[in-house]
Formats: sequence, structure tokens, C-alpha cells
Amino acid sequence: MNTLTAFDYKLLLAVPLIPLCGYVIQIFFGRNLPRKGDWLLTGGMFVVMCITVYMFFSKALGHEGTLPFWNESAATEGGPVFRWLYDSSAVSSDRNLVAGILYDGLGATMLMVVGVVSFLVHLFATGYMHGDRRYHIFFANISLFTFAMLGLVLSDNILFLFVFWELMGLMSYLLIGHFSHDPTSSRIKFAAAACKKAFLTTRVGDTCLFFGMAMFYFLLPREYNELVGQGLIEGDTVLSSFRFSELWQMTGAIVEAHGGDYPAWMTVAGLFTFGGTVGKSAQFPLHIWLPDAMEGPTPVSAMIHAATMVAAGVYLLGRMFPMMSPTTLQFVMAIGGITAIFAATIGCTVNDIKGVLAYSTISQLGFMVAAIGTGGLGIVAGLFHMVTHAFFKACLFLSAGSVIHGCHHEQDMRKMGGLRKMMPITFAAMLVCTLAIAGMPLFAGYYSKDRIIASAIESVLTQWRGGNVFVMVVLPLAAMLTTFYMFRLIFMTFFGEYRGGHDDHGHGAHGHDDHAGHDAHAGHDGHGHDHDGHHGHAHTPHESPTNMAIPLIVLGLLGVFGGHMWLTGDPLSDYGTWFTKLVRWEDMYVLPDGTSLQLLKMNMLEVSEHNHHVGHIWAVGVSLTVLVLGVLAAWWMYISKRQDSEAGSGDTAALFPIPAQVTGKLGLVYEAVRDKYYIDEFVNATVIRGTMVAARVQSWIDSNIVDGLVVGTGKTARGFGFLCGWVDKHIVDGAVNWVGNTTQAFSSVVRLFQTGRIQQYISFAVGGALLVAAFHILT
Amino acid sequence: MDQLNLDSANASHVLSWLTFLPLIGMGVVMLIPKTNMRAIKIATGVFTFIPLVIATQLYFSGFDKEASGYQFVENLSWIPLGKIFYTVGVDGISMPLIWLTTILFFIAVPASETVPRLSKAYYALFLMLEVGVIGVFVALDYFLFYVYWEIMLLPMYFLIGIWGGPQREYAAIKFFLYTLAGSVLMLIAVVAMRIDTGTFSIPELVAIGKAGGFTGPALLGMKFTTWVFWFLFVAFAIKIPAFPFHTWLPDAHVQAPTPISVILAGILLKLGGYGLLRACFPVVPDAMNEFAFALGVLGVVAIVYGAYVALAQSDFKKMVAYSSVSHMGFVVLGMAALTDWGMNGAALQMFTHGISSAACFLIVGVIYDRAHHRDLNGFGGLAQPMPRYWALATIAFFASLGLPGMAGFVSEALTMVGSFQSQVGWTEEAKASGWMWGPFQWLTLIATIGIVMTAAYILWALQRVFLGTLNEKYKDYQDITGREVFSLAPLLILCVVLGVFPFLILDWMEVSVTDLMQILAFAG
Repeated sequence: MNTLTAFDYKLLLAVPLIPLCGYVIQIFFGRNLPRKGDWLLTGGMFVVMCITVYMFFSKALGHEGTLPFWNESAATEGGPVFRWLYDSSAVSSDRNLVAGILYDGLGATMLMVVGVVSFLVHLFATGYMHGDRRYHIFFANISLFTFAMLGLVLSDNILFLFVFWELMGLMSYLLIGHFSHDPTSSRIKFAAAACKKAFLTTRVGDTCLFFGMAMFYFLLPREYNELVGQGLIEGDTVLSSFRFSELWQMTGAIVEAHGGDYPAWMTVAGLFTFGGTVGKSAQFPLHIWLPDAMEGPTPVSAMIHAATMVAAGVYLLGRMFPMMSPTTLQFVMAIGGITAIFAATIGCTVNDIKGVLAYSTISQLGFMVAAIGTGGLGIVAGLFHMVTHAFFKACLFLSAGSVIHGCHHEQDMRKMGGLRKMMPITFAAMLVCTLAIAGMPLFAGYYSKDRIIASAIESVLTQWRGGNVFVMVVLPLAAMLTTFYMFRLIFMTFFGEYRGGHDDHGHGAHGHDDHAGHDAHAGHDGHGHDHDGHHGHAHTPHESPTNMAIPLIVLGLLGVFGGHMWLTGDPLSDYGTWFTKLVRWEDMYVLPDGTSLQLLKMNMLEVSEHNHHVGHIWAVGVSLTVLVLGVLAAWWMYISKRQDSEAGSGDTAALFPIPAQVTGKLGLVYEAVRDKYYIDEFVNATVIRGTMVAARVQSWIDSNIVDGLVVGTGKTARGFGFLCGWVDKHIVDGAVNWVGNTTQAFSSVVRLFQTGRIQQYISFAVGGALLVAAFHILT
Repeated sequence: MDQLNLDSANASHVLSWLTFLPLIGMGVVMLIPKTNMRAIKIATGVFTFIPLVIATQLYFSGFDKEASGYQFVENLSWIPLGKIFYTVGVDGISMPLIWLTTILFFIAVPASETVPRLSKAYYALFLMLEVGVIGVFVALDYFLFYVYWEIMLLPMYFLIGIWGGPQREYAAIKFFLYTLAGSVLMLIAVVAMRIDTGTFSIPELVAIGKAGGFTGPALLGMKFTTWVFWFLFVAFAIKIPAFPFHTWLPDAHVQAPTPISVILAGILLKLGGYGLLRACFPVVPDAMNEFAFALGVLGVVAIVYGAYVALAQSDFKKMVAYSSVSHMGFVVLGMAALTDWGMNGAALQMFTHGISSAACFLIVGVIYDRAHHRDLNGFGGLAQPMPRYWALATIAFFASLGLPGMAGFVSEALTMVGSFQSQVGWTEEAKASGWMWGPFQWLTLIATIGIVMTAAYILWALQRVFLGTLNEKYKDYQDITGREVFSLAPLLILCVVLGVFPFLILDWMEVSVTDLMQILAFAG
């Protein structure tokens, strides 16, 4: 089983460490390095790419043997491990988290994808970000992001996956907010809000994931040990663990002991875990951050918000698949289906070139999630789509970046057009990848998307359930919309006449409310093209320089052949494809004892041979139909009836009469879609406002009730003191004074008699004697 | 485990030196003429640096991580009439906190530069404060503990009341009276235990408590140990500060000068948590087990409520103050869970919050020194003139937010997982049903709201202060200076290093926390 040597592990360790070292060097010295250090990090990423590709082809692909390809450093004698909590082996393993490397088919594939895309994006950024005032910081951040992503892929336990997962969230935050430091950017405020929104929204999902992790960590071994105690599982009791392989093993044994059923709590824990995917992979309803994240520079969008970070949610699902009960998977599937269709509808209405791609990404992620939720071979299809999508979506984003760069930071497609001749390389790359995402046969996206739709159909054939039917209906629809909006993008951007460069633009029929804002790349002097000799043609779009063109070409090729690479021999045979062999769902989840998890006895839908064939044939038909329909619709709307004579007027409605008519007919429906179904408004009105109200109420309680009690106690005590003072002064002391005063008053009266004159005393005595005598005489 | 091993045969008096060096420093400072501020500052620096060196040396080489019980013990008769001893010693729980104390006091010296009306008395009181704090951490005799506890109160009162902000007198008196009220409760409990058992020695009291040896009378239907527990708990909870005893903290923080806020948030709050671990829970473990759920509720309320209240603040420093309330809630929750992870997490949280909150207060101080206000809505775009400041602030606030890879995450994760594992309050039916869900599982779920809210208030504050359009008033601001970086850098480095290598603290605490858990579990 363990085919990696110590040297191989060292290579794998170097993969995340190279970008990390690059980051450290860059953050401290980047400003002073020649070219601000971009060559250092790009070079480092080149090495990383070489290692990942070498490891993939020589180890993962070249793996021969009876056992599945699966390597875990913690299970290897002398394999590199990192003791996290306690630096001693004396502490038991459930408390001392031992992290290691997990390098299996899925990990190897993902690692290579990340390595390749990261290098190409680094290279592209050397051109695209040229002249940015925080150029070195940009490279440092994107490098640290790459470190986190590579670390995530290599993690052999879910806790470290979570650590890197959140670290990516931080880098995403910093990179989306890149222009929020740039005083020359007109989007400065939007970038500042967008990065906060992205982190907070994903944080909601991350917290769910953390809680789900805690549930699995604690409850899984507890349940296992209880079953061991009851004699339903043979073997010894186990300790808690975050390691995937041990989680798989425990789940497998528990499900088997329950006769194929998942305990109820595992559904809950699975849903919490899925919350992480919902946040990171921008699934409904936490998708709201991803469109805003387009405030970041385009290379960031290509890498983080298309190819790698958002795919991490799907990767997580792949890793946690055995723990997902069938009920959880139904939920996963439904969320994926909803996301796929509703993001695709929004994508049809967006005019911002990056906005289209953002919604497209959300929709495609929905495809992957839904595929994994179908529970059949969809797990392979979803992960396969994650791989191909990484290539063609990165290419689409970089092409869009090239277009934006060429059009002087214009992102509104209504002000493009005719770029086919001016930017041939970009056009070619973009067209190829559009065909790939649309699912054109022989292009990369076809194989994965076709497989996803087939899985949806198979799941319905096998299990007639509402969720399955829903997904079977919406996925082809979403695929059609995908084709439509992607060709809409191509036709609006590359065909017809160039519509930009007019001084009066911004006053079109639809109102270019966000035109001025989309100058996200303003740090780069909009008219200074010091690198390609287009001086004096400031308003003419131009092809991008070589360092930006090479990534486009390479990714474009991967967009074509990326799918073929995964196939061996007969492309129509599903069980025999290269990717299914590599990931080999039968052997995908290897247990510590070297055997594999029997997914068919757990949550995986067993699809009969017949259903499989039927599903496959239908899927081919359906995908081709939706492809043709989508292209035709786009052609009809944006090519056939285009009024080129109106190109110069800036009036989009006149230029494209059909879309204007259609949207006019749709009326409110169109407006609802265009306004993103008012989800942002809804969230603002409920969640955000509710939180703020809760915060203010609690703050009021704090200062008036909790502190009020304290202050009240203080005041009462002081009042009591004053009272005592008053009593003391007026009653206690008053009594004393009264005694004194009375005595004094009395004595002052008495004093009147004490004159000291003898005559007076004698007269008093005589008077007294006379009174006594009179008394006696009268009685 | 032999916690009673107070044999002072190998005593090196190192802990006494550590405690009283600042006192010597105080004497030196008092002898310097008040006009020579430079010499005063240097003397203060030196007399906080030497304890730092000693503590670092003790931490990394002197202290035996593997050993159970107390180390560097000194046991001298102090007041024979009352059987009061001068007993000091450290274990794995107090050692990291002593190290933290010496670090924070040292970095607070350069941070004191900008304190208004700075004078000789400030430094003298500052050094006196350090004596009290270290004293509490090393004291093993309850009487001594109480004396140090009170010694600490006095300089703090003056430091806030004289060198604080506009409402300093109100804040200082509130702080003083509130803490004093707690101290009185502690004194009552200590005297009651002394009468009951005849000893002030904490290790002896722990042994008696473990054996159920308290014989005191029940009062008003509550057992003697229950009374002792609640009196001690409230005394320490005020210091933590646990909800609902926290309201002195925002006032004290807002009025205190930056370095005093650093000390207050970094160490003084930890004394409450430390007190619970050293002198409350192990002394009355049965009561602790009985009321664990109530403590857990207090912890979770602090976490969630503190975060919400922080979100509503518009004063930068008050926001950080309430974040301390929220984060210290994790300490209470982790202890209340009565699990290994929870207890380790709580003990670690005291250290990590000590560095991250101190760093946050330093960050706030930097901008306050320039703008002379702390209104979150009055800033904007400060990252442009002050990029280095932004970078350091990001580290500090994300560490406070509990970002993985930073110290706060480790302790919060340990606490949360530990609290989720807690079996406190599980009914027999719950255990039998296999649902395995009880009060602490709900508490953990509720506490996650606090984690999201923490991100909310911190990111919102960062956005309002640093990002977006630059407020023209601030465009000429000088970036963070070398002196400010000197104070901040050690904390931020620790934040990252401990996030990656948490065993640098956890290894030290392991044995002592295990011992503590044994005592608590024994009673449970």
C-alpha cells in the first residue's frame, strides 16, 4: 500500500513549504527585491508545479500493485508527522493531534491541479498586476494562499484541513480587499465591504463545519465503542480521532453493525459538515459572497474564486463522503441542484464579464455538489468536474482578465465587442474553454458534465424520489443556460464591432450604473502601456503580453485535453476511465488495515448495469440537445439580429433588439433574476439588521440592566450612606444636641435667678416665707 | 501525585527573587529624583527585564515539565501565631502565566511613553503592581494569596485613577469597589475554611477537599462547601470577569492608559481564571461538579452576549474590552466542561488571550495616540498612510478572532471540542438512547454563535478603521514607530508561534492539568 519513499514524502512536504518560505521572504524583503520579488514566487511555484506533476505521473499514475494507491504518512514507518498539541509521544493520540500527509488518488489529482493553476496564475499576475502599488504584497498574499490550499489538499485529518481552510479564508479576505487600500481605485469602498462579506459569510459555514467535526470526533468513537461493548463490532475499542482513515473505518463498522443504516446523529453531523461546503463553495443560500468577491484582482478571481478555494468545499465532500448518510446526501443534492439552476439564470442577465463568470462558477459548483449528492457514481463525476472546471474556469477568468486589461479596465460587456481580431489568443483560449464548459464533446467539460447528468438520471431510475427527479430536471436546464450565457459572453465580447472607447459611454439605454466602478484595476495607470508598444492607441484594445498569453494558451490546451487525460481507451466506458481508475471509488476510502471501505453497503447508490446504460445514453442525448439549444439561443439573440449600425451609439437595446424584447416580455421575472432574486436585500433586511438589533438590545441591557444593577447597588449604598449621615446628624446627633440645647435653654432660664446679688436672694427668701405663711393661714 | 510535597530542601529562593525584584526596582525608582525621568524609565525597564530573563530561564530550562506537584517551593513560617506560612511554588498552570506576566510588564514599559502626566509615581506603582501579580501566581498559602491579591488592587486603582482618561475617577472607584467586594467574599471563605480545617495552605486544603474533609455546618439549606464554592467563585468571577460581573471592565479599560489596559486585559483577568483553577475548584471539587452546568451557562452567555455587545460598540477600546468578556467566557466554559480538552483549552486560552488582547489594546493605543479619539466611525482608510500598522493590526485582530494558525484558535478549538465532549448533566436515558446529547452539547452549539459574531465585530471594525476611503484628516499620519513595534512584535510573534506550535505551552501544563482533572473527577 505504501509506495512512497522517504524522499517522496520530502518532496511532498516541500510542496506547501516552498510558497510558505516565499511568503516569508516576500513579506519582509519583497519591496527591495528586483521586480519586487515576483520572479522569486513565480519561480517557486514553477518548482511546486514540477513536483506535483512529477509525483502525479510517476507515483499516482505509475502506481502498480494490487493494493489501492493510498499513502498516509502517519501509517508509514518513519513517515513525516507533526505532533501538534503535545511534543511528546507519551500523550495518547486522541489528545495529541498527529498530523500527517495523505496522498491518494484524489489528493494527488487535486494537488497537481492546484500546482498547475497556481503557477499559471502567478505568471499571469506578473503581467496583469504590473504597476500596482501593492504589487509585492499581492504576491506575498497569493503565495500564502497557495500554501494553505496545498496544505489543505495534503492534510490527512479534518482538523488540519479546517486550519488551512480558514487560512485560505483569511487570504481570500486580504486579496478581495486588495483594492480597498488603493486610493486611486474607484471601487475602494466596495472592495472593503466585499472582503468583509466574503469572510463573514464563509465563517458561518466554517463554524458549522467545526461543529460537525466536533460531533464526528466525539460521537463516532463513542458509538463505535458502545457497539464493541454490545458485541456488534469485533475488535478493540478505539480512541477519538480526526484522521480521515480512522473516521472512515469507524463509520464503516458502525453502519455495518446497524445493518446499513446510519445513526440519526450522523445525519445531523453530516449536515453541519456540509455547512462548510455551503459556505466555501458558495452554495445557496451562502453564495452571496462570491459575486462580490469579484472586487478582487482578476488573477485572484481565477485562482481562489474559481479553481481552488471554492473547489475545496467539493474536495471536503469527497473526503467526508462515507460519513454522509443517504438522508444527508439527499439534502446535499437538493442544495446543489437549486444552486446550479438559480445561479445559471442570474448568469444570463449579468453584463459584467466577471459577474457572468462568478455566477457561472456558483452554478458549476452546484453541479458538483448535486452530483456528489446523487450518491451513485456521481461522487466520481463531481470530483472529476472539479478538476476539469478548475482548468477551464481558470482559463475563462484569466481570459476575462486579459480582455479587461486589453480594454483598459472595462468590465462591461456592452462596451466591448469585436475583440476577436484585436485579441486573437485571448479569443481562442476563451472560445475553447467556453466550448469546454458548455459540454462540447471532445472538450474537457463534456466528460464530467455528461457524467453528472448521467448520474442524475441513473439515480432517478434506481430510486424514484423527489430530490432525484428535481435534480434530473434542473441540471440539464442549468446546462442549457450555461451554454447560453457563455456564448452570450463570447458573442457580446468578441463579435461585432468594438463599442468601447467612446467618450459618451456610460449613457446607454440600460444605464451603466456600475461602469465607473468597475475600474478595479485602477492602480495600474489606465493609459500607460509601457510593455507592449501600444503608445498612442490608448483606446484600442490590444492583445496581452507574452507572460499573460502563455498561461492562457496552456490552460486553453488543458481545457481541451484536460478531459482526455482522464480517459483511457474507450471514452464511452465509464468504469474504465482513467479518473475513475485513479480515484477508484471502490478503493477511494482506504482503512488503516489496508482494505477499502465498502461504499455500496453504506451510502452509495447501487446502480444496475441496465440503468447505467440507459442513463448514459440518455445523458449523451440530453447534453448534446441542451448544448445545441443553448448555442442557438445565444446566436439568435446576440448574432443573427444584431444591428451593427447601432454599435457606435452606445444603445444596447438598439444593438441587441431581441434580448430587449425578451426581457421586456418577461417583465418582473426578468427584473427579479437580474436583481439576483433579492437575496442580498433579504439578507440585509433580516440577518444583518436582526443581528444589529440584537447587538443594540444587548448593549442596552448591558449598560442599563447589568451595569444598572451595579451602579444601582452603588447608588443605593451611597444613598444609604447619606441617609445614615442625615440620621446621624439630625437624629442621633440631634438627640445629643437636643439634650445639650435643652439643658442650655433651661439653664439660661435658671441663670436669670442666679444674679449673685444678696438683696435679691433675701427678697426671694422673704417672699417665699410670706407665701408659705399665707398658705398656712388660708388653709 | 504529591501536592503536599512542600519540602524546601532544594529551595533556590528564585521565586522570591522573581516576586520581589520589582519591589527593589520600586525602591530604586523612588530614590531617583523625579526630574530625571530618563533614569526612572531605564530603571523600570531594567527591573522588569530581569524578571523576564529569570522567568524565561525558569520556563525553558529550570522547570521540569514531567514532574507532578509544585516546584521551586519555599516554605517559611511567617506569622506563627496564625499558622500562616510564606509558601510559594509553581506548577504547570502558573508557570506559563508567570512568563506571560513578565513579558507583558516588560513590553508595557516602552508603551508607557505616551501616558499623559507621566511621573515617577507611575513607574513606582507600576512595579508594585508586578509584585502583586507575580505574588498571586506563586503563593501557595491562602493568606499570602489574599495579601498579594489586595496588594495588586491598590496600584491599579491609582494607575487608572490618576493616569486615566476623562472619567478615570469613576472607573477607578468602580474597579476598586467591585474587586474589593469580591475580595471580601474570598476572605470570608478563607477564614471559614481556616476555622474549619485549621490551615491556610492551599495544597493541604486541596487534599482535605479531595477527601471530603470539610466539616463546616450547613447554612440556609446549603452545604458548607457550596457556600465556600460560591463565595470563592464570585470573588474570582469578578476578576475574570464572568457575566454578569463584568461591567467594571469596559469602564476600567476605556479610562485606563494603554499600557495599563494591556496589563489589565493581559494578566489581571487571568488571575480570576487562575484563582478558580488553583484555589477554588480543587478545594471544593464536589461543589464544582454540582454546579458545573451553571458555570457552563455563565461561560456561554459571556461568549455570545459579550460578542453581541462588542458588535454594538462605537468606541474602539470598548469593543476590545467586550471582546475580552467574550473570550474569557471560553475560559469559564472550558473549565465547567470537566473534560481534559476543556480544561487544557481553558488554561491555554488564558495565555493566548493574554497575548492577543494585549496586542489588540496596543493596536488601539497606537491610533489613539495619534487621533486622540477612539470613535470607530470617525476613522477610515488608515491602511493607506499606515500600511505597516495595518499589517500588524491584521495579525492581532485575526489572532483575537481565533483564526487557525494563530494561538487563539488552538485554545478555542480545544475548549469547544472539550465542552462538546462533556458529559455533565447527562441523564441516564440520554446515555442509554445513544443520542448522546446533553446540556453541554447545546451550550457548545450556542457558543458557536459567539464565534461568528466575533468575526463580525472584528472585521467590521477593521473595515471602518483601516479600509475604504481615507479620511483626509488622517492622511499625514506617521506609520507605526519603532517603539510601538518593539512592544507589539513579541506578542504577535507569540501569537503565530503558539498557533503553529501550541505544545510550547500545552506540554508545560499537561501534568498539572491532568492532576487537576484527577481531583475534579475523583469528586465527580
